[in-house]
Amino acid sequence: MSDVQGTWLIEFVKKSLLEVQEYVKLCFAAVRGAFTRPFYARDVMEQIEVIGIGSLTVVLLTGFFTGAVMALQSGIMLDQFGARPYVGRLISATLIKELGPVLTALMLAGRVGSGIAAELGSMMVTEQISALRALGTDPMRKLVVPRVLAGFIMCPILTVVANTVGMLGGWIIALTELRVSSGVYWSGVVEGLFMQDVWMGLIKPFFLGFVIVTIGCHVGLRTSGGTQGVGRATTNAVVAASVVVLVVDFFVTRLLISILF
Amino acid sequence: MRHKSLAEFGLPVELAEPHAPVVLFDKVCLAFDEKVILKDVTFSVRAGHTKIFLGASGAGKSTILKLMLGLIRPDSGTIWVLGHRVDQMTEAQLMGVRHHMGMVFQEGALFDSFTVGENVGYKLYEETTMPLDEVRHRVEEVLGFVGLSEHIDKQPSELSGGQRRRVAIARAMAAKPTLLLYDEPTTGLDPITSLTIDAEIIKLRDLERVTSVIVTHQLRDAFYVAVHSARLDASDTADIIAAAEAKVEEADFVMLKEGGIHFEGSAAELRNSTDPYLKTFLS
Repeated sequence: MSDVQGTWLIEFVKKSLLEVQEYVKLCFAAVRGAFTRPFYARDVMEQIEVIGIGSLTVVLLTGFFTGAVMALQSGIMLDQFGARPYVGRLISATLIKELGPVLTALMLAGRVGSGIAAELGSMMVTEQISALRALGTDPMRKLVVPRVLAGFIMCPILTVVANTVGMLGGWIIALTELRVSSGVYWSGVVEGLFMQDVWMGLIKPFFLGFVIVTIGCHVGLRTSGGTQGVGRATTNAVVAASVVVLVVDFFVTRLLISILF
Repeated sequence: MRHKSLAEFGLPVELAEPHAPVVLFDKVCLAFDEKVILKDVTFSVRAGHTKIFLGASGAGKSTILKLMLGLIRPDSGTIWVLGHRVDQMTEAQLMGVRHHMGMVFQEGALFDSFTVGENVGYKLYEETTMPLDEVRHRVEEVLGFVGLSEHIDKQPSELSGGQRRRVAIARAMAAKPTLLLYDEPTTGLDPITSLTIDAEIIKLRDLERVTSVIVTHQLRDAFYVAVHSARLDASDTADIIAAAEAKVEEADFVMLKEGGIHFEGSAAELRNSTDPYLKTFLS
């Protein structure tokens, strides 16, 4: 390895560690801000509307068509074993445990993570964040804490919505395309689920919602370089949040399996 | 040309006295990586006076304002603002000091999702317990002061550059600060609009007794603010007039060069300086 490569590697490691350090600091500050004053309750409600209600359409469509396409695909596969009536069982187990939380989180990473990074990034480059501080407001409490709380609360709720419409999408396909009766489908849905699955599907989105929003805030608040920097921050937020969603999903699943099963 | 030492400014104990400096920098140094921004910068600002920082782009002028607000910290040296040592305070402690300060940012830095009225009343709405009708009254009052009452419900994007700058001044003064910092308040504006901004700065200083720290490279505006004063006429309208000699002496100029103070003195001293760099800058 040449000296130039060595220096580059050291710089890269230093920068990466600094990013991680700043991200962890932001996470701690956000958690502390959620339990101490001043607390901007109105901003939390606004963000719940922006993140939750605003993401409803994309989550509904994603959930519905995921359930529908799973029914179509699994119908073909199950036919090979004469197990078409088990389509409900397969959909509920897969959607609630894994696909519902992950797909909802990926949709939120694209919509919410990018939005937060772009908004805070624009505020950074136009000195609005400095103006907030100059006016005696802590941007962490005013901007980050409401978004983190909204993401933390709304991600599980949106996941439940996605799971519900996903199973409805599967039901419509099972009924119309696979000719599986409603009774068989819904009893399969219930039989395919164990309480541990439900817990896993409900606990994971809290973690995923937290990382999506904190990554968006972290990237946004470290934006520099004008409008080009805002564009870069937006892309970075989506890429980082999407990858981290899958990584966190793996580790949380691993942890929950060891706890719940 | 005169450079004052800390002894001339007085020790921290004296900061609580009536004539103590509102701002005191003592041997402040700051560098970003290898680049030296400020090098042993020492100066003070007295209550009700005006300090005008001049210098080329990148000389560290705006950095001085950010250091005063505690937005960034120096590598060494001490900074006292309104009797508090801000270079050692936590962000939470700084919030208390910032309640007595206002800053007008270079491009206004107005919150683009808020109306003009919400921008101006932001600090009072969010950070005080003032009743909403009183906040509304104060917002109308300060917007009247800068001549923008009719724009209270507009978005910042609907205003011209000069109007946005005046809204930024209104926002900074809404909570009645004792110290106002102006970062290039007239840069990019036409001469007529610049004069209206200068007039607002003079009115705030002389009618509201606000200490002013101005960063600019617009010499015309800097001298205008230094040699004019404001007074109320019989109909309570503010008039801008030529300042008396004693008043002119209350405005100090500081020329920054390569991170250090190259000159400090009055408008007359600056004009009469034979220093080649100053002469080039003034020409």
